[in-house]
Amino acid sequence: MSLLDFAVTARRGSFQLTVEAQLPYGITGVYGASGSGKTSLLLRIAGLMRGSSEDHIQLKNTLLESEGRWLPPEQRDVGMVFQDARLFPHLTVRGNLEFALQRQRRAGLGIDELSQMLGITAWLTRKPDELSRGQQQRVALARTLINMPRLLLLDEPGANIDAEGRRRLLHDVATLCDQYEMAALLVSHDMADLADVAETLLVLAQGQQQALGPLIELASQVSGPLAQAQDTAAIMNARVDEHDSQYGLTRLAIADQALWVDQTPAPRGSAVRLRLPARDVSLCHDAPKATSILNVLSVKVAEVQADAGNRLLVRLALGDQYLLARITRKSLDSLGLRVGDRLYAQIKSTALIDRGGSADD
Amino acid sequence: MFEALWVTAKLAAVTTVWLLLLGTPLAWWLARTQNRLSPFIEALVALPLVLPPTVLGFYLLIAFAPQSTIGQVWEAVTGQRLAFSFSALVIGSVLYSLPFVVQPLQAAFRQLPDALLEAAASLGATPGDRARHLVWPLCRPSFIAAASLGFAHTVGEFGVVLMIGGNIPGETQVLSIALYDRVESLDLGTAHALALALMLFSLVTLILLYRQSHRWAVRP
Repeated sequence: MSLLDFAVTARRGSFQLTVEAQLPYGITGVYGASGSGKTSLLLRIAGLMRGSSEDHIQLKNTLLESEGRWLPPEQRDVGMVFQDARLFPHLTVRGNLEFALQRQRRAGLGIDELSQMLGITAWLTRKPDELSRGQQQRVALARTLINMPRLLLLDEPGANIDAEGRRRLLHDVATLCDQYEMAALLVSHDMADLADVAETLLVLAQGQQQALGPLIELASQVSGPLAQAQDTAAIMNARVDEHDSQYGLTRLAIADQALWVDQTPAPRGSAVRLRLPARDVSLCHDAPKATSILNVLSVKVAEVQADAGNRLLVRLALGDQYLLARITRKSLDSLGLRVGDRLYAQIKSTALIDRGGSADD
Repeated sequence: MFEALWVTAKLAAVTTVWLLLLGTPLAWWLARTQNRLSPFIEALVALPLVLPPTVLGFYLLIAFAPQSTIGQVWEAVTGQRLAFSFSALVIGSVLYSLPFVVQPLQAAFRQLPDALLEAAASLGATPGDRARHLVWPLCRPSFIAAASLGFAHTVGEFGVVLMIGGNIPGETQVLSIALYDRVESLDLGTAHALALALMLFSLVTLILLYRQSHRWAVRP
């Protein structure tokens, strides 16, 4: 059953947003260039922007909008974290959190517990204007989380926080969503952030919906909206197999093959996600004997697609998952690549998503 | 003289309460909505700033007359005469001092970021809740300024009161009228006392107001 079912429109000058989708529980990434309508979509669902009378939005069993019906934002079980924090300037950080707590929609975390988790305890007595923008965003996120809405709308949360801090913050959000049965629409133009926590992906361009589906599936397609990106990368699920503290590495298992990454604190047997940029994967016919590259996987060519330039994107099957490699047309010819060929993929770098760690060469 | 002081204080206090009750929603509407009607309403509210008070007083005098519709409706509802009553003074003062309350509030409401109200709404705060916990604390300095200006301006009123209030001691005779009265009857000693009292009151009110606004400007 879908959690959020909507068909919304919005118009601003010559910009027109039209999106129709059913989104499942969990975290859905909303991806697109700036001006693609990501923020407008969130504002429409929050009830902070008007659409047309034919729009409809249903959250679980509640109709937020349909013919003639329009629930005001305060009556929607939806919380929004804005890019510009929007903390109440006359209240301290604690005051801001209390404001949300007093209007909490269902039992959840207390202020002290959540502050601890998000690392904002030290600022509780400060006023918003004494905080940096990154700190303000952290507090804004905490404020909405403490309010415990069914659906979180997160507009680039932590855009002013460094990548590592943002990654951890998003993980905390994912944990809380899981724990308290909240769902989230997470807007970002950074695929790495989304790959981190989102299960579903909605891709927007010029106000139109380009793709909607499981993130792992969309990320490994050789055509479609994500394939054109310079930093296109496959997302794969793996399991922690063994830690090698002597070299500071961790061995992961993907479809019975081994992949080494920087040592991660994740315990043996736990599931992790990997992000493998297509431009960091090279292909060869024979298993390389002596190479500084740690990771060589045996793969099968599933699909080859030429992109705009002189490059090609190759989709490689590894068990039931897929890897992407970006190669030149010259390489294609010299390798004589065909769909169904068995090859070796050398992976120059991998990013283990949940800690942001990577192992190069 | 003490009667006049009492009437003045009572008039200014009652007028200020009405000014805030009527001026706040009006200022909110003017600050937050733009339609073809707004410039006309704004002009009407600002009119007492440029109009001689006697003009307003003259029209009110006619409107409050016992034969007029307003006068008759008033008498039917309250059982009392409106003309030359304290109530008439309050109505006249509210209209006369309206710009002094509406304008600072309108400026404050205009500066109040929509973004904050939206954030509060998305946290589940209803419009009334937002007014109480966001608009009021964020605009408190402007409310205080508006109330002080409304109060002080009502105390300093002369023309409108002269036209519609008559000069009934203990009922409609305010300080400014009493002063005029004393000068007319060449009682200059009392006139001096009244003039000085009015001047000191206005000066102190304004000093307090400016001191507050400086303090708020330094640390909002």
